[in-house]
Amino acid sequence: MNASSRIQAFRASPLFQALLLGVFALVTAALLSMGNQTTRGEIEKRRQEDLMASLVQVIPHEMHDNDLLADTLSLAGPDGAPVTIYRARKGGAIVAAAYLVTGHGYGGDISLIMGVDLSGKLLGVRVISHFETPGLGDKIEEKKSGWIFGFAGLSLSSPPAEEWKVKKDGGHFDQFSGATITPRGVVAAVRKGLEFFASQHDAISGEAAKVAVRPAEAGQ
Amino acid sequence: MSNPYAQISRDGLWSNNIVFAQVLALCPTLAVTGTATNGLGMGLATTAVLVMTGLLISLLRNVITPQVRIPAFIIVIAMVVTLVEMALNAWVHELYKVLGLFIPLIVTNCAILGRAEAYASKENGARAAFDGLMMGIGFTLALVVLGAVREILGSGTLFANASLLLGPAFKHLELVIIPDYRGFLLMILPPGGFLVLGFLMAAKRIIERRRGRSGAIEAGCSPAAHGA
Repeated sequence: MNASSRIQAFRASPLFQALLLGVFALVTAALLSMGNQTTRGEIEKRRQEDLMASLVQVIPHEMHDNDLLADTLSLAGPDGAPVTIYRARKGGAIVAAAYLVTGHGYGGDISLIMGVDLSGKLLGVRVISHFETPGLGDKIEEKKSGWIFGFAGLSLSSPPAEEWKVKKDGGHFDQFSGATITPRGVVAAVRKGLEFFASQHDAISGEAAKVAVRPAEAGQ
Repeated sequence: MSNPYAQISRDGLWSNNIVFAQVLALCPTLAVTGTATNGLGMGLATTAVLVMTGLLISLLRNVITPQVRIPAFIIVIAMVVTLVEMALNAWVHELYKVLGLFIPLIVTNCAILGRAEAYASKENGARAAFDGLMMGIGFTLALVVLGAVREILGSGTLFANASLLLGPAFKHLELVIIPDYRGFLLMILPPGGFLVLGFLMAAKRIIERRRGRSGAIEAGCSPAAHGA
């Protein structure tokens, strides 16, 4: 057997197939980890920018003078999972807080960010991500309709607690034609978020920690 | 008989169209064509991946042995899609926010594996990349037509939110075809997709018959790709 026919025979052997596939997997894994290394920092920056952009929408810029992303607090949320609270301060005093809540929509979880001032009044609500039907449930996005702006200025007492429902269920909020489940999920999530705020008011506003304020506590 | 590139174009755009002739890629097709804009976004992202995987697989065609070609193709496709997703997220974040939902769906698009198997693994790089481009454009056109019909019947609009995908300059594309339309939910949901796809495929057959061609689907797909 000459050399070239030996190579031919080796190319047909199972060992060669396994090696070839192994090399393919190694090279792709290496390329992917290089890609991940290159983009990870940028992607994290974009994520922070997105978060900041939505924070600015639920806590007006003129209300605070601190860096919202740096002044956070982690509390046990309504369903047990930790919730990160972004606190807005003016001249050192806490004036408002923003945090993420999750609603249950037609297509899956709806992630919302809500800003609340210290009296428990909503400054604004925005949708971060959702899986609702395009053209129907996606009217909760601020780009597609003004529905979500209707939350600003409301609180647990206005409208009264029993009216924190969509009109179809006898409450205060409009549903969309063809989509009731989506706004129902959003209204319930915002209400739950307000109740959470009320129950954690002292922890969020710093009242509880007033006795001994140490800089270390502001970070966590 | 004719220029191979003309033949590739004709195959990709019409006679061997991914959606209307090969009837592949139904998962992404039916999932995103509730509006013409979403169809366009999915089509463009898929075209980019088709061109890149076509070129790569064609260049690697002499390295890959027939026995392990399918897993090797899948590794290459998954890698390209993942790299595209990471790059878009990092550097073209605005576009990523609109297309982000569609990109992971591209991995499940069996048309890409189908083209790798049926074409790119047998032809040179230039032809494979061109085939990817033409198949991609044909796929995009099919998705836009399907999306447009479903959007007009379902929501009474056309190219809604196109400016979010293409930029504010395309605001004039956004049309309200039927003012005060109450919507026809079925068309937006998956059954509407199947209905419209069926009628459009029937229309394509009628056109082909009128033009005196045989309506037969050209064999451009391996049995493996058909099973996907």
